[in-house]
Amino acid sequence: MIAALTKKETWVRYFDSLKFALYIMTHPLDGYWDLTHEKRGTYAAANTILILTLAARILKLRYTSFIFMTVYWEELNIFLYLGSVLFPLALWVIGNWALTTLFDGKGKLGQVYIATCYGLAPYPLIQIPLMIFSNFVTVEEGQFYMVLSVISLIYCAIWIVAGMGQIHEFSAGKNLLFTVASLFAMLVMVFILLIFFSMVSQGVYYFISLGREFLFRL
Amino acid sequence: MKKVFKKLFAIVLSSVTVALIPLSAFAGDAAYEETSYTYNLDYWGDVQDSPDFYTVCKVFTSTELGLDVKLKSPEGLFVSGDLLYLCDTGNNRIIEIKRVSSEKLEVQRIIDSFKGADNNTFNQPTDIAISEDGNFFIADKGNARVLKLDKDFNFLLEFVKPVDNTLDPTLVFQPSKLSVDTAERVYCIATGINKGLIKYEPDGTFSGFVGATKVTFDFMDYLWKKFATQVQRAQMESFVPTEYDNLYMDHEGFVYACTGAVTREDLRADKADAVRKINLMGNDIMVRNGEWPIYGDIHMGSGGGYEGPSYFSDVTVFPNDIFVCLDRNRGRCFGYDDQGHMVFAFGGNGNMDGYFRRPVAIEHFDHDLLVLDTLDCAITVFVPTHFGSLVYKAIEEFDQGHYVVSGEAWEEVMKLNGNYDLAYIGIGRSLLRQERYKEALRYFEVKYDDENYSKAYKQYRKEWVEDHIVIIVVVLLALFLVPMAIGKYKSIKHEMEISDIDWEKA
Repeated sequence: MIAALTKKETWVRYFDSLKFALYIMTHPLDGYWDLTHEKRGTYAAANTILILTLAARILKLRYTSFIFMTVYWEELNIFLYLGSVLFPLALWVIGNWALTTLFDGKGKLGQVYIATCYGLAPYPLIQIPLMIFSNFVTVEEGQFYMVLSVISLIYCAIWIVAGMGQIHEFSAGKNLLFTVASLFAMLVMVFILLIFFSMVSQGVYYFISLGREFLFRL
Repeated sequence: MKKVFKKLFAIVLSSVTVALIPLSAFAGDAAYEETSYTYNLDYWGDVQDSPDFYTVCKVFTSTELGLDVKLKSPEGLFVSGDLLYLCDTGNNRIIEIKRVSSEKLEVQRIIDSFKGADNNTFNQPTDIAISEDGNFFIADKGNARVLKLDKDFNFLLEFVKPVDNTLDPTLVFQPSKLSVDTAERVYCIATGINKGLIKYEPDGTFSGFVGATKVTFDFMDYLWKKFATQVQRAQMESFVPTEYDNLYMDHEGFVYACTGAVTREDLRADKADAVRKINLMGNDIMVRNGEWPIYGDIHMGSGGGYEGPSYFSDVTVFPNDIFVCLDRNRGRCFGYDDQGHMVFAFGGNGNMDGYFRRPVAIEHFDHDLLVLDTLDCAITVFVPTHFGSLVYKAIEEFDQGHYVVSGEAWEEVMKLNGNYDLAYIGIGRSLLRQERYKEALRYFEVKYDDENYSKAYKQYRKEWVEDHIVIIVVVLLALFLVPMAIGKYKSIKHEMEISDIDWEKA
């Protein structure tokens, strides 16, 4: 594994697959088809894009002008803040795969992950220049920031949906149906997780109180 | 509204993720912190302790005033020149007090009757006002009239229940608070009349209601009403404006009217106002540019037996446009500037000096505040501390255009209280007026004042571009010329190579 890092081909393939994210940004349907069917995407590139997205989110907190974003640092937990991206992402990938695999979806779990991460590419590419730009504008010119910021999110959302359609080989209608279904699956999973955690915490608390009672009687 | 969104953006993002850890329910209770007597709200709405803005100079009870008959549930205060009028409602009399200094009040006259009318005594007088001509206007609540007396207490006129078809004929007219403008028009608040301020012309005729409060109206409630039966509808709350509790006419003739009959939900949803500034047309012209709305305490949790929003029972306005609202619920005074920023908040419920049991009226002499407590039957005189005087100085100097002096005063304020947002913004505004934009930017950024920041930044950016225009032009030219030059060089080189080959072939 590590030995592969010394080989030149590994790096060439990595940068090629990373550059392919740019191709997807301009050619979503064609690009996503090739991503899995021509094996143009790699996990390494997908992870890189995800890390860049997370980095953009954290950088934004500190370096966006206070005109657009004020951060209450006392209450901010950076891990929970990252979780606000990673947790929905994990739910989406698992939920989407779990559903589509039952209904003729051709994509594998890893492919769903790679395609979703490639779909996130516009976020750092738009948000980081926007973050720098925000420091040179006034409130009146702030609409540019707002509009571009929203565009970057819509861009990502449309690309992820388009990507799912290509890797599962779904028609447009079926793809939209399964997008909605995946969102619903995410809700169901959140519900189950909530129940699970509250049950576990109650279970743990039962033993804690048992221990306390025991200590009182000693 | 945009600001609220911006804040929500940051807060929601972090709180959404909090749902991920149900186990956090085991975390201990938030540490209980005692706050100081005076406080203020910062950008985030956190309560920031503050040095005292006002301090008690003296508390005047019946004994200090030297009254033989003790005060009994007094309700009204009015200041005219150096005279203070106190409505001793329970004893049916009005007391004229001369202010010698902040700590010395002397009773001059006790008025319990007047001349020139059949019923020449008062019955529960609740408020008094004096016009510029020196005529007295007294809300004689128990006698259902507003009296107009001349300066020697001779009867001139009486204002009675308005003749209006929309008023319930069985309603007993109970004028409780009033105010008079320069033309001797009377603005009056009466118990049970919620259509706004009752306005009388100088000749005593009723000329209409002005400035009714916003009617709050919930669409779901409206739908329910559509389907409800007659009986059910009668039991439901009706959509009516709320009554005002008190009013004050400022030096410009605008009426500040406050009300305590507001719910937490309506205040938070911006459906109700605790205090309004009403112009002659009856419209609210209050400027609300503060980070937080003007309704006193924004944290309304129950504590010490008190809950719900602040109940504004009276308001007074300084000549520098700072107005002070009196909260009957928690016994506090809230000062706001002309832009709606909170200047100070202090007070509390209790029996100590500077604390109240049921404060009902507030007035001012110069910068001194006088608060009347109807249960304690006492007038508390507050004088500004060094800190308070500095803030007033800074604000007044700025209004007069002395920006440098104002900036220096704000610097002093900041030294005394580093958590005072207005000081930072004040220094910034002073620097902005002095065209020291870069320094101003720093102060505005620290306290998240985006409007002023943008003003300063626009000028700063303009100056920067003007100063660096040569460099900018050079860089822009270079951006065009360098790639062109490289292209040219390459093509010449290419042609030379080709011609070399041709030459060799030849």
